[in-house]
Amino acid sequence: MNHDLPYSLEITHAPDSRGHFGTYGGRFAAETLMGPLSELESAFFSAWNDPTFQENRIALLKHYVGRPTPLYHAERLSKENGGAQIWLKREDLTHTGAHKINNTIGQGLLAHRMDKRRVIAETGAGQHGVATATVAAKLGMQCDVYMGREDVERQMPNVLRMRLLGANVIPVDSGTATLKDALNEALRDWVATCEDTFYIIGTVAGPHPYPLMVRQFHAVIGQEARAQMLEQAGCLPDVAVACVGGGSNAMGLFHPLRDDAVRLVAVEAAGTGLEREHAASLARGKPGILHGNLTYLLEDEEGQIQGTHSISAGLDYPGVGPELAAMLDAGELELEQATDEQALDAFRTLTATEGIIPALESSHALAAGLRIASQMSPDQHVLINLSGRGDKDMNTVFKALGWLEEAKR
Amino acid sequence: MIHNRLDEVFARCRKQQRAALVGYLTAGDPNPDTSAKLLDGLAGHVDIIEIGMPFSDPMADGPVIQAASERALAAGTHMSDVFNLVQHINDRHPETAIVLMGYANTPYAMGVEHFARQARMSGADGVLIVDLPPEEEDLLHTPLQQAGLHQIFLLAPTSSEKRIRLASEKATGFIYYVSLTGITGAEMGALDGVRKQCERIRHHANLPICVGFGIKTPEQARAVSEFADGVVVGSAFVAEIAGHAHDAAETLRARVVEKAKAIRQALEGHHGQR
Ligand SMILES: Cc1ncc(COP(=O)(O)O)c(C=O)c1O
Repeated sequence: MNHDLPYSLEITHAPDSRGHFGTYGGRFAAETLMGPLSELESAFFSAWNDPTFQENRIALLKHYVGRPTPLYHAERLSKENGGAQIWLKREDLTHTGAHKINNTIGQGLLAHRMDKRRVIAETGAGQHGVATATVAAKLGMQCDVYMGREDVERQMPNVLRMRLLGANVIPVDSGTATLKDALNEALRDWVATCEDTFYIIGTVAGPHPYPLMVRQFHAVIGQEARAQMLEQAGCLPDVAVACVGGGSNAMGLFHPLRDDAVRLVAVEAAGTGLEREHAASLARGKPGILHGNLTYLLEDEEGQIQGTHSISAGLDYPGVGPELAAMLDAGELELEQATDEQALDAFRTLTATEGIIPALESSHALAAGLRIASQMSPDQHVLINLSGRGDKDMNTVFKALGWLEEAKR
Repeated sequence: MIHNRLDEVFARCRKQQRAALVGYLTAGDPNPDTSAKLLDGLAGHVDIIEIGMPFSDPMADGPVIQAASERALAAGTHMSDVFNLVQHINDRHPETAIVLMGYANTPYAMGVEHFARQARMSGADGVLIVDLPPEEEDLLHTPLQQAGLHQIFLLAPTSSEKRIRLASEKATGFIYYVSLTGITGAEMGALDGVRKQCERIRHHANLPICVGFGIKTPEQARAVSEFADGVVVGSAFVAEIAGHAHDAAETLRARVVEKAKAIRQALEGHHGQR
């Protein structure tokens, strides 16, 4: 293939033929969706093995998304923080401002190839919704995005962006009116429309083949970062850090580093504290079945899914991708958490020391990454996935800092 | 081989040359006490009663049954209440077969063996888990088998020939054909298509076929009964509670019973062709 990007098309660490990663994953879906899911699975593998599909995808990643994204050595931050060198994988610099577009380009092209005229998506922070709406506009497909009412309110800039892009944003009032309910509603839509509609799931969760497919589309993050570390630092990082909502930016970074001697650190949202309200499904959940897969869930003893809390809408989800669940059980993952407050601190630190405004989701990875780096030595390296930029979060941040009140006075 | 009240119901209906009436209500809707009265009312007029286990995230249900789950959970319905309700109906209606319906996370969270034992002990005859397709059925298969419960699978308009064979092999009790491509409570698919699909399924399955999702009126029930062994009505009963959840239990019960009687009459006045 004619490109200079370090992308491997080999699929390693694949789930079994029924989509199980160890005991997790699978395809726990309504009968109506079982046929469409098999069809999607075949279409994905056939596209993945088709050089033309890959050429189109990689060309778009390069010229439309802006890949490769830079790997940035945050020297001033490293010095101020003390300890290890901090490297930021700049997914915030992609077109639309978050890693999410790596996946929507892949699934969008697949939808097009399968002759679907309409795409649907769920979104929390709105980044996946924006990335889906963007691809739908580019490929000329109708687009409906489900978004919890609470998220519509706290991520208004992204709601308006989606509308500008021609997508229809449908607020969801059922349940807790956040990301999990948006996913329920998207699934209900898809059950009725699977004939002509492609459901673009925004993270490495859902029934097989979504967790595998989304991971493959995001693996470019880790493949680039790996090559860039070798070139710019002369070695692989000692630690790779990513925030985990559903786990797509984390799997994108971790997957290509899995067979190296790199500590993989997953950072979950601790909200107001692990003893209070949070969204730490790996740390505090137990295995259960939701949204088509078996994975760690935050639920009560009878399996009712619990409400979650995080200052960042993108991490406000009671489940997690099944492959991360399997990696945790296998001892391949280290778990960390960041509270709302710690994420806000990290947000301000990066802004002040490097002039980079991160997404609140990514700020969780930063908070934990800085903590870990501070306990290491200057000849060691910590790689942090800066999954998105913070423009969408201005309102939330201003509110949390009390600046909106101040401005009114 | 499992043989229980479900099999007896279908044998009885066959003898009477009519389709079985299957009625659904969510356990605990609008609260456990009222629910006991409503289920009791419904159970007196149907052959099989499907009792829904409320779940926080009912992905395959339309707004009507979603709201029923929300009401039940808000009223503090627990699995102990669900099993008590099953027991109550079992005690009062020994001839009515009972199917527990719900989502996979409920038995999984309880522990599947414990779930199966409790379900059977309280009087259930079968279990239908909406998000547990034949591909994942090993999760529940052995516990249900050991408890003597039928495991019912769904088939849909999108099910391929291969999937029809798979479900027919794995299902016991009956096959539940979803008449439409969509969620519960939507509009029923065109009758002709439903009939053709049932014929296709009958080709592979040596089991009774019940048709559901979207059947709301006596006329629809009668039309489906011409070719199906059972007619499932759910959202139409639940809708009798929605919007009236604060009415007296007796008033609600009367509404449900009236609806059930009307549909039952349509089936009894009309003897199927087989
Ligand atoms: C910038 C950013 N990072 C992270 C996430 C969390 O998702 P995931 O865990 O799938 O990467 C989101 C989700 O909306 C996001 O917008």
